[in-house]
Amino acid sequence: MNAKPATRIDLLLVADMVEKGARVLDVGCGDGDLLRLLADTKGVDARGMEISQKGVNDCVAKGLSVVQGDADIDLADYPTDGFDYVILSQTLQATRNPRQVLEHMLRIGARAIVSFPNFGHWRIRWQIAARGRMPVTPNLTYAWYETPNIHFCSIRDFVALAELVDARIVKAMALDSEGAQMRVEAPWWLWNLLGEQAMFLLERKRG
Amino acid sequence: MTETFPFPNHCEVDHPRSPVAHFGADQPLAMSAGVMLSPFSIAYQIYGRLNADRSNAILLCHALTGDQHVANVHPITGKPGWWSALVGPGKPFDTEKYFIICTNVLGGCMGTTGPASINPATGRAYGLDLPVVTIADMVRAQAMLVERLGIETLFCVAGGSMGGMQALQWAALFPEKVFSAMIIASAARHSAQNIAFHEVGRQAVMADPDWRGGRYLDEGMRPGKGLAVARMAAHITYLSEEALQRKFGRKLQDRAEKTFSFDADFQVENYLRHQGSTFVDRFDANSYLYVTRACDYFDLAQDYGGSLAAAFKNAPTRFCVVSFTSDWLYTTAESRVIVHALNAAAASVSFVEIETDKGHDAFLLDEPDFTATTRGFLAGAARARGLRA
Repeated sequence: MNAKPATRIDLLLVADMVEKGARVLDVGCGDGDLLRLLADTKGVDARGMEISQKGVNDCVAKGLSVVQGDADIDLADYPTDGFDYVILSQTLQATRNPRQVLEHMLRIGARAIVSFPNFGHWRIRWQIAARGRMPVTPNLTYAWYETPNIHFCSIRDFVALAELVDARIVKAMALDSEGAQMRVEAPWWLWNLLGEQAMFLLERKRG
Repeated sequence: MTETFPFPNHCEVDHPRSPVAHFGADQPLAMSAGVMLSPFSIAYQIYGRLNADRSNAILLCHALTGDQHVANVHPITGKPGWWSALVGPGKPFDTEKYFIICTNVLGGCMGTTGPASINPATGRAYGLDLPVVTIADMVRAQAMLVERLGIETLFCVAGGSMGGMQALQWAALFPEKVFSAMIIASAARHSAQNIAFHEVGRQAVMADPDWRGGRYLDEGMRPGKGLAVARMAAHITYLSEEALQRKFGRKLQDRAEKTFSFDADFQVENYLRHQGSTFVDRFDANSYLYVTRACDYFDLAQDYGGSLAAAFKNAPTRFCVVSFTSDWLYTTAESRVIVHALNAAAASVSFVEIETDKGHDAFLLDEPDFTATTRGFLAGAARARGLRA
């Protein structure tokens, strides 16, 4: 489900956005690296949901609070305002209904943190334009017929979705192919072209 | 082993080889049936050492026909305790780290007050005069013992099957006293199918002419045949079809050909008969009626206006729910009901489904993934509790 294996920097950036001691739900928490990081460095009350049973078992064996669940189905059971942050790291593109997932996240948590691979990146555009084939990049290694990633979006698409679900963008950042954070003052179109990954901190619009 | 008529463990009822806490007239137990039980006794076993600030106590709750002998050689059967796979030095429930308590449940027959105990009002065994016992009654009685042991908060309450029901009930009744809870191969309510199986068992006991309307002890008898049949039927539900097939298939028992009779030709028949006959040597038939009834009556949501989540509102407890893939008695779906309710209550919950073909009884066995889960969950809880590793 992930984009690239070396996402440590991605996790550190997510962790940076979380306030100390917060209640955090990590949706699609994999083997629990982010939860561990958040618990160790931020002292948060960290909970996770993971779709693969193997991931869940590994997490629980590490002492993390994780349940087996599907973001598309099981977020509905969580109470409104149950958490300070709901995190969806590199998982949005694998959900069946990204809009509904995002809406649930913003209902359950005061803030949502979403990171995803940017389908507007020049390398992807180039592969479609030049080869007429679905893109396979070092970052997105699956062939179209076996990918779990069924709902790709670009950074601009995501900004539009945030608008649609009435979320305010508190913070946004794009990472280039080296994993380095792009200059904050760069315009959207440049992020959308050069950013391989994007990360957004959203909150519900008041009132 | 002391052979005492009418059933070999009868001495364990009144004189258990365990410590016993007696609760007199000043401490009656308010039962769900709406009556006070007094006096009553609880037989229990303890392992390990209570630390200075009394923060390392774990209560283990036994299943239907288990007892307090969780990790020591059983006084009647001579076999290792029912959870010796998980309880002991260096094991997940580490007796070098934790102070472990296990009680015989109310309604049981190993020293805690049950239908085979003497009713002080009559000087005879209670029989069916004992009020019907519920899971909540068992838990309230345990809570009185825990208090008497000087423990304010349990680090963990854990149990499988009916033991898991007790752990759930503990968290619902005494959230502040339960730091963490493991609910293993269990359910928040007994399903129609499970009630049905229990009813078959009870009817088998009551159909035995030696049951004598429940007064068999007065007459020095026991409904061994009925109880054995009950156990045989129940035992099937603890296994999986796959495991039965793997273990027995259609193999014949010590014979080359079928005998064209109703002997135990098949190994599986012989196995079940053995399960039945050894069971009656250690268990009281009326006690079987009571503990099965306690499970049947269990429906935690009903006590909270039909909402299971309401039972765990603002629960400070850290939960771990475990199910096993081949368990068709307490299915993964039942565990998910609990997990959904805990999520809805924003409680801290872990949920693991363990892949195994060993059926419901898997929770009693040394399943590596289950062991790792238990270790990890307890370690995480111990960190949060500030217990020394």
